[in-house]
Amino acid sequence: MSDFTLNNETVLERISAHFGDAILSSETPYDLLTLVVEPTRVHDLIKFLKEDEALQISFLTLLGGIHFPDNKGKELGVNYHLHSLIHNFRIRLKIYFSIENPEVDSIVDLYVGANWQERETYDFFGITFKGHPNMTRILNEDDMDYFPMRKEYHLEDATREDKDDRFFGR
Amino acid sequence: MSNWIEEEKSSLLKSNQNEKPQLSKETIDGDIATLNLGPTHPATHGIFQNILRVDGEKILSSEQTVGYIHRAFEKLAERRPFNQITPITDRLNYCSSPINNIGWEMTVEKLIQAEIPKRVDYMRVIIMELARIADHLVCNSVVGVDTGALTGFTYVFQEREKIYELFEEVCGARLTTNIGRIGGFERDFSPTFHYKLKEFLRTFPKVFNEFDSLLARNRIFMDRTMKAGPISGERALEYGFVGPNLRAAGIDYDVRSMNPYSSYQDFDFIIPVGVNGDTYDRFMVRQEEIRQSLRIIEQAAKNIPEGSFKADLPDFYLPPKEKVYNNMEALIYHFKIVMGETPIPAGEVYHSVEGGNGELGYYLVSDGGRTPYRLQFRRPCFIYYQAYPEMITGSTISDAVLTLSSLNVIAGELDA
Repeated sequence: MSDFTLNNETVLERISAHFGDAILSSETPYDLLTLVVEPTRVHDLIKFLKEDEALQISFLTLLGGIHFPDNKGKELGVNYHLHSLIHNFRIRLKIYFSIENPEVDSIVDLYVGANWQERETYDFFGITFKGHPNMTRILNEDDMDYFPMRKEYHLEDATREDKDDRFFGR
Repeated sequence: MSNWIEEEKSSLLKSNQNEKPQLSKETIDGDIATLNLGPTHPATHGIFQNILRVDGEKILSSEQTVGYIHRAFEKLAERRPFNQITPITDRLNYCSSPINNIGWEMTVEKLIQAEIPKRVDYMRVIIMELARIADHLVCNSVVGVDTGALTGFTYVFQEREKIYELFEEVCGARLTTNIGRIGGFERDFSPTFHYKLKEFLRTFPKVFNEFDSLLARNRIFMDRTMKAGPISGERALEYGFVGPNLRAAGIDYDVRSMNPYSSYQDFDFIIPVGVNGDTYDRFMVRQEEIRQSLRIIEQAAKNIPEGSFKADLPDFYLPPKEKVYNNMEALIYHFKIVMGETPIPAGEVYHSVEGGNGELGYYLVSDGGRTPYRLQFRRPCFIYYQAYPEMITGSTISDAVLTLSSLNVIAGELDA
């Protein structure tokens, strides 16, 4: 495995060999391998990427949520940006799931640094991470009763009528 | 009687930062005290709270509260045209706002696949390295202040002023710069800028070496900072450390060399690394990085190519004012840009630059609308500040203050 070079094709091949059924789609926007995977398998996949000797994708760069209100059944998503510092290879994983039951496996057991990023994702999108040691709000106040980064919450007071959204962004 | 106190203490020492400390009222017999470090305390250099549980001077556990200056930047960005997001990025790490500005501009340029003239790259490198020097100067001189050495702080802040004068010469602002435009700069570097930069490069090394000799081999400073708040390389990676704090732990990850952007591959510089990951190593890594930044600026200023200071992007770059009043097309573009009516491709892009504190990333999802669909900042402070309780458990309060300042946690970047 020593002459294994990491590029989008070889990595996708290697992941497909082990997690072929978990990958829903793959693309490479702006040359960054992006995989949409099964929400239930993402923890195992990240673990595999971290522990596989050929890949060694073992640095969590960024974790965050996203909300697509029009994708019925798959409204909420979580993105993981991972980086192999040894091979200088980046990969992005995405999962989508229903807003009715926004629950995914926490990866704090793999990356301690995911702790606050998952709390932030919970804070703003209401995505719960199973197995997280302290699933509470982090930046907003504790008694807030909604998840402000969801698209239904407007930036400004939604009762205002003097501002037309068409002229001021969304 | 004393047995269970010992047990309680050892269990507290073992307790994970992420679990609430198992401390009930009955078990406190006066030995263990709670101390609020922050939210507004001169020693925290920013608004964040640490609830320390201390036994005398020893810290048994610590609980962090963040979010005091949360301003919902990611939500704000979803409602602003792309060029209006640059001022938001100013307020992330406000000690080196030009890096944030330029990082954001490069993210949009990556999304629209703009071609940037070489001269712009070099100009950006000069500005970004100046900002890095300013950022590291603040951090290192504040480490000095927290050890009781105020002299260096007041001394280098004069030099920091000169850097701000240079920014002022380019963009008119000093702290929150909003420097540059998508596609380049608002105007070319003026002769005054070149003169001031030359003067800075001439006088700064002398001042900096004096500052260095005040602290770097100072017995008291070394005794004070060595072994204070150490972290191992492996642990730092698990926590997602980046930048000088990671390099102090011995991992040579620097975005400038690993994923060169803005023509960093043209320059000759080294990435300093430490060994122990303690406060002294972090201090020394930043000191050396200032020297390397100076080297880069010298090379960039010497080899700056001829050409335009902006890319040819009429959709994003405001036309010159005299044309706006006389030329129909320029007026239309001016109006379109100001109203945020620029065509933008749908897509998602991640771009990162080496900020003052390490990898500063922008994850931009665009649906082709006038504003980002989603913009997420990778804020290095937010990610590595998690490790703070682990780094200070078992040390003294004074070391905790020192560790905090050497991590260079900037409240603006922490809370976004």
